[in-house]
Amino acid sequence: MSGEHPTVGVFGVGRVGSALARLAVGAGYHPLLAGTADFQELQWMLDILSPGARACDPEELVKRSDFVVLSVPFGKAPSLPYHLFDGVIVVEAMNYWAPVDGEIRAVDGDGRSTSEIIADNNPRARWVKSLNHLGYHDMEDDPLPPGSADRRAVGVATDDGEAGATVAAFVDRIGFDPVLVGPLSAGRVLEPGGGVFGRRLTWEEFRAMVPG
Amino acid sequence: MQLGIYSFGSTARDPDTGRPVSSAQAMRNLLEAIRLADEVGLEFFGIGEHHTEEMPASAAATVLAAAAPVTKRIRLGSAVTILSTDDPVRVYQQFSTVDALSGGRAEITAGRGSSTESFPLFGYSLNDYDQLYAEKLDLLLEINRSQPVTWNGTVRSGLEDAVVVPRPDGGRLPIWLGTGGNPQSSIRAGKLGLPVAYGIIGGNPARFAPLAQAYRGTAEMSGAPADQVKVSVANPGFLAEDGDDARERWWPEWHQTMALIGERRGFAPPPRPAYDRDVSSRGALFVGSPEEIAERIVALHGTLGHMRQFLQMDVGTLPHRDFLYGIELLGTRVKPLVEAELGSEPEVVPA
Repeated sequence: MSGEHPTVGVFGVGRVGSALARLAVGAGYHPLLAGTADFQELQWMLDILSPGARACDPEELVKRSDFVVLSVPFGKAPSLPYHLFDGVIVVEAMNYWAPVDGEIRAVDGDGRSTSEIIADNNPRARWVKSLNHLGYHDMEDDPLPPGSADRRAVGVATDDGEAGATVAAFVDRIGFDPVLVGPLSAGRVLEPGGGVFGRRLTWEEFRAMVPG
Repeated sequence: MQLGIYSFGSTARDPDTGRPVSSAQAMRNLLEAIRLADEVGLEFFGIGEHHTEEMPASAAATVLAAAAPVTKRIRLGSAVTILSTDDPVRVYQQFSTVDALSGGRAEITAGRGSSTESFPLFGYSLNDYDQLYAEKLDLLLEINRSQPVTWNGTVRSGLEDAVVVPRPDGGRLPIWLGTGGNPQSSIRAGKLGLPVAYGIIGGNPARFAPLAQAYRGTAEMSGAPADQVKVSVANPGFLAEDGDDARERWWPEWHQTMALIGERRGFAPPPRPAYDRDVSSRGALFVGSPEEIAERIVALHGTLGHMRQFLQMDVGTLPHRDFLYGIELLGTRVKPLVEAELGSEPEVVPA
């Protein structure tokens, strides 16, 4: 943990995870990544895909990170080490897409946001929903410096104000205007089918489309 | 550089009545497109397995088999075969038959594919995706390696000294691994020593450079033969004589396609400004004049070092004559410009 160069831990080294790691390095964060590949192979991949990012085992990743991001396919979410997340700021950046993940009955029958459902795995974690509503290539194609006209907005939903501020600062530093959309339950608006999902919107446009 | 086309089939509209053709007519149109692509000197035609009303090319090998005797040089492949919901033995037999009928021009690209309709159609569960894919790819490669085939796994019955015929005259079929950019897939292709086909449908295609680097590095470490380490690129694109005309003509087709996908997946279709960016030099859509597209292919080659690029033109209900004209321009106008810069690519030699 270090104020000037915070450490972000990322679970998942897919398209989103590797893009987030590149953005994090560019923004002065130290990214740590955990994936399914073995440690050496993962580090080798990261040296090419996201230079500056370090491979890490899950325990160490959580211990060393100021906050962690979950970016594995939603169908793989049950395999994440939720028991490690006590008191940890956790960004749930996944999306449930039945056409891709298969139909998951427990989710289909639950009216809440997927982040609230995932949060049930560890209520002692400090859950934030963000970074899920923009595509992995948009993450790298769209960042702009603060104050730029047309800077794209990224929503942040959480019940924990301090956690929200931490994640909003990250969103800002990687090139987007953070919009606090309210509690975790309000995060439904960021999900597939929600009004802002997949749309390139400025802060004002985004703000006008979300409650709060 | 090899240039080509891929298609999922298209129920093109009649430009006079505005009505889309039947899915059966879409198959005949597809065959006509392959013939033309061969005539104008394109090197590859890929058919993606798709199971939707608007993109009805569900049985790629059947269309390719029809194309085999009426084409001379063009290579005929899948783009992609959704291996997880098919039987690798049957896939191999179908494509080795295309290979026999075409004088050794068949190829298979195995991948996840962009549609998942095949899972309920053939009675598979998406939840088993990873295991289905890994095991079936393993079996497909085993069949290609030699026969008789002996194989054991969990997703289908094992094989012991099984005969899988016909065998390709060239010994083996080229089998590519198709991926949309997941890093693990590039690593997998490298480990298996398979050529990799990148489907790039959004964002800046130059961002695939680190993936190609990881692929080549992994292939080298695993001792893959150098002639098997190849990168190809499949992306949406369209050509007309005039660049602005191409972009205007293609916009409603692209928009319609994205709207349909968005409806199923919960996102709003990209508005015009997003399209304008995607068709610019920073985007994945290669839509423009022959000169513009040739320049973009050459520029991308400088980044990715790919040896083949093939475009999906017939999206939405693009009238068939516009599709055919785009094919003609790719062969007669883009190809000479690209070859003047990069030279021609030797034919793929099966391993």
